[in-house]
Amino acid sequence: MKKHLYSFLIGLSSLWFIPFLGGCSRISLLDPKGPIGDSERFLIIAAFVLMLIVIIPVFIMAFWFARRYRASNPEAAYTPKWSRSLKLELTIWLVPIAIVTALGILGAIETYHLDPYKPIANGRKPVAIEAVSLDWKWLFIYPDRNIATVNQLVFPVNVPLSFRITSDTVMTSFFIPQLGSQIYAMAGMQTRLHLLAQEPGVYSGQNQQFSGRGYSDMFFKAIAVSQEEFEGWVKKAKQSPDKLDVARFEELRKPSLGYPVTHFSSVKPDLFDRIIDKYSKTMGMNSDAMIRKSGPAIMKTGASEGN
Amino acid sequence: MTTDASSIDSVRTGEIEHPDTVANQVFGFWLYLMSDLVLFAAIFATFAVLRHNYAGGPMGKDLFHLPYVFGETMFLLFSSVSYGLVALAMRQGNKALVLRWLVVTFLLGLGFISLEVNEFYHLILDGNGPGRSGFLSAFFTLVGTHGTHVTFGLMWMAVMMGQVITKGLTTPVQSRLLRLSMFWHFLDIVWIGVFTVVYLMGVM
Amino acid sequence: MLGRLSLSAIPFQYPITMAAVGGSVLLGIAILALITYYGKWTYLWKEWLTSVDHKKIGIMYIILALVMLLRGFSDAILMRSQQAIAAGTSQGILPPDHFNQIFSAHGTIMIIFMAMPFLVGLMNITVPQQIGARDVAFPFMNSVSLWLTTAGALLVMVSLGLGEFSKAGWSGYPPLTELKYSPGTGTDYWIWALQIAGIGSLMTSINFLVTIIKMRAPGMSLMRMPIFVWTALTTILLMLFAFPVLTAALAMLTLDRCLGMHFFTNGLGGNMMMYVNLFWMWGHPEVYIVILPAFGIFSEVVATFSGKRLFGYTSMVCATAAIMVLSFTVWLHHFFTMGAGPDVNIVFGISTMMIAVPTGVKVFNWLFTMYRGRIRFTTPMYWTLGFIVTFVIGGMTGVLLASPPADYVLHNSLFLIAHFHNMLIPGALFGFFAGYTYWFPKAIGFRLNEEWGKRAFWCWIIGFYLAFMPLYVLGFMGMPRRMDHYANTAWHPYLLVAAAGVVVILLGILSQIVQLLVSIRDRHTARDLTGDSWDGRTLEWATSSPPAVYNFARIPVVHDIDAFADMKEKGITYQRPDRYHDIHMPKNTAKGLIIGALTFLFGFAMIWYIWWLAIAAALGILSTVIARAADDETEYTIPAAEVERIENQRFRRAASTSSNGPSNGAAPRGPLLQV
Repeated sequence: MKKHLYSFLIGLSSLWFIPFLGGCSRISLLDPKGPIGDSERFLIIAAFVLMLIVIIPVFIMAFWFARRYRASNPEAAYTPKWSRSLKLELTIWLVPIAIVTALGILGAIETYHLDPYKPIANGRKPVAIEAVSLDWKWLFIYPDRNIATVNQLVFPVNVPLSFRITSDTVMTSFFIPQLGSQIYAMAGMQTRLHLLAQEPGVYSGQNQQFSGRGYSDMFFKAIAVSQEEFEGWVKKAKQSPDKLDVARFEELRKPSLGYPVTHFSSVKPDLFDRIIDKYSKTMGMNSDAMIRKSGPAIMKTGASEGN
Repeated sequence: MTTDASSIDSVRTGEIEHPDTVANQVFGFWLYLMSDLVLFAAIFATFAVLRHNYAGGPMGKDLFHLPYVFGETMFLLFSSVSYGLVALAMRQGNKALVLRWLVVTFLLGLGFISLEVNEFYHLILDGNGPGRSGFLSAFFTLVGTHGTHVTFGLMWMAVMMGQVITKGLTTPVQSRLLRLSMFWHFLDIVWIGVFTVVYLMGVM
Repeated sequence: MLGRLSLSAIPFQYPITMAAVGGSVLLGIAILALITYYGKWTYLWKEWLTSVDHKKIGIMYIILALVMLLRGFSDAILMRSQQAIAAGTSQGILPPDHFNQIFSAHGTIMIIFMAMPFLVGLMNITVPQQIGARDVAFPFMNSVSLWLTTAGALLVMVSLGLGEFSKAGWSGYPPLTELKYSPGTGTDYWIWALQIAGIGSLMTSINFLVTIIKMRAPGMSLMRMPIFVWTALTTILLMLFAFPVLTAALAMLTLDRCLGMHFFTNGLGGNMMMYVNLFWMWGHPEVYIVILPAFGIFSEVVATFSGKRLFGYTSMVCATAAIMVLSFTVWLHHFFTMGAGPDVNIVFGISTMMIAVPTGVKVFNWLFTMYRGRIRFTTPMYWTLGFIVTFVIGGMTGVLLASPPADYVLHNSLFLIAHFHNMLIPGALFGFFAGYTYWFPKAIGFRLNEEWGKRAFWCWIIGFYLAFMPLYVLGFMGMPRRMDHYANTAWHPYLLVAAAGVVVILLGILSQIVQLLVSIRDRHTARDLTGDSWDGRTLEWATSSPPAVYNFARIPVVHDIDAFADMKEKGITYQRPDRYHDIHMPKNTAKGLIIGALTFLFGFAMIWYIWWLAIAAALGILSTVIARAADDETEYTIPAAEVERIENQRFRRAASTSSNGPSNGAAPRGPLLQV
């Protein structure tokens, strides 16, 4: 009976590795397309390998001790009073401490390196994108190009992307798994994110923080193209009859499901800042009326207010 | 069949057979007060985070009148003194004196609550109620939570007055009076915190 | 008159819900009818509902936990079914509004109304006996705790048929839970269920702290307490200091919703990040509250069934205390992605990784307890071995997530779901199942059927791997949590495997139900006549099974760790004292039940804005408390002669063991009886 116990558990643990045999290409986090995602994958694998130092002995001991010291095995030694060993205790405290120290140092270095607020410097001028989460869609504004889109993000490869992110609804999380980190989008606040795609392709983008009825629909395509293709796309967007002025935005922000991909050929200036100011904690203007006022655009600090 | 060890045991066992109920009740009440302190700490922390979120509305110095708050504080502090006198009378076993100082404490506490309710009333009447801004929500809740605790203390005090009259200073009644005294002094200490963080620092 | 309650509150538009409501109502009526038919109302009232006996209260807590396990598991079945179907363009069988309530209810129920009552129940039955006490410090408050927890659970159950449950997850983040985005009763049900249960938990923590600190048997210093008592002690310290933070957070959310305040709203000065901090300042200690008692159970089980002292007692105590302290220092790892900046993220990342160290120490200590022991493979030992092997995988993924940059890509994905279920199921739940099987004979008087127990174990562990290992992969494939449908069909096969896993777990639960029924049927052949069901090592095995109401006729004196094993070795077990004393015990009272019922009504009234009922219920609670305070006759005396009679009867039963050989893994060693 115990033999079956062992073989079953071993068999089960190996089942786990089967999906990886088919290659990693469908497993986004293990097939990143940008430097951020790349570093994050390295960290995950490094941590995993370090911890095997603890996990593997545990597995071995669990199976071996259970088998050898079963009551029906009279050959095994039986020392009912033995319950202390300084050597063993030191080992089981110090080895994990060493592993955690190593992981801690690695993690600390990578946390600075992969800070979402840290711009990516590769000599090229970044593309600025302002992302606003709505119910239940994403609005992307390209402030330098005076265009905007709903649920479609197009950008050139090998160019740093500099995101400013906010929400005009509840808390959400902006995430393109194959490029790297996610970060929360919160009303009245701005968060920043920096990403870069090294290969052209169509990547999935999503909202990773549950936000209500239409949450499962908040997926968008993040499309990395060549510089020429990007310019071509911008030109096409500029020909769209749709313009994102105040009235159009008020219409857009109404809750809706399955909103189609839309392009806007012009955007109200400072729209992103206006959206944030609506919820200003200190100025406290009425959320619906604020958008029309022309008061100062504030709140350019990070999400941790003034810290 | 007994052994020598067990006759010693029965002496020690005798202690355990009658646990010190009052000591347990007092210890348990301390633990409750510590948990209450954590509750207040969470509300204090929230106040600290929201203290500048005026949302275009009034700030602390627009609303708080320090002499008034000083008056409230005196009511509460003196009520703690008078409760100290309750404890002393209780130790002397003087039922009438206990009752007298309980009444004094009750009236002083009631005075504190009346002043606080009056302050809240006028703020709300002026449109500066807790729904005006995050700052005001935090203010009303922190000060109001303390006030709610004091109110419950007053209700407890009234019940104790009833118990002292009907049962006299029995052990359970004394144990309750002891716990009420811990509660009352605890609320005093919390008020010092409120007074300092909310009113003094708000006005400066 | 009825606030905002009306007939439209009944969810006729959800057929699955209506079927569940109908089924529950019929089941309820059937149970009431059976009780009436067998004439058991008086018995139920006098022996159980009004009981202040910690053993009975413990059993009732566990019954509540097992019932809520079934409810929470039904939610799991629905979720897995939905996700197994709703791939590509399919919308599945559950509309988003329904699905969103289901996952919110699942989390809330499993943590607050399954895990908490289960561990509190096991602590109730065992801790007073393990420290050689007669009851807890405040038996009446113990009863109030039980009925408050039940009131909270009842609110969650009632939300099925009247109104809706929360659609914002078990964590209830604003602004989604603010009135603007969640105008219905759902969030209010969630808030009040949690608040009421939270007060019950706070009372339990005060009760057990005083009990453990003040009421241990003579000679039982802190470093001679059973390890389960140590884990209980650290657990209740966590409860004492964590729950008030939840109370504050939920109260402020309630003020936002009911009185239009702006703690966490979008705009007008609210700050939603404050809620997130407060919630997790409670939430992280909460998960350690759930796991530490399970660790304690495993320690007891491993030592007993290896026939050996627990390895590294001092180390275990230090590790437990370290876990307790550290659990207050890690809360931010639940929201690394909220934008706090690398300095803050690193501090919390490191503190999170540090918790892995004492946990690892415990795992090794359990293994070294097995080393050179004589291992008996009983059902509790199966649960323990399954735990050791599976839990460390979850620990590994936890350390992985503790690194902020790793978390940036894994947060809120199914990887996270797999990680915490990997801790909660093989960790907490297997521990509770082990404790349930281990202490069942002590509490009830006969052992559970071993065969069905082992079948249940196999189904649970195989089902667990099938249901959750694919989720790790899905997290790496970018799938977020809480999805009611998804377009990426590459995810579908893994979700099918996960659904199969849930079916296997269902077989496990059915096995456990069969186990209970078979054990009741066969109870006469598996009676524990001596009180020492498993050749145990700690003091609870010195009482009879089930124990007398007073546990110990004479409070034992303790000389060493594993007090009962020590007594057995010295041959001083089951000694009859030269004379018995009168024993004072607390009287039963209905006031705990009444307070629970009134609190339920209060919560219900607050949810539906039935203000007159809220005020009436509040006044009722106050009056009951005052009435209790006015009652000077709360104890009764068991005369010494009666104690002697009960003890004589106990020894007579134990003496008949010689004709009833040991069965099912209970291998008694040493003399059982010395007269």
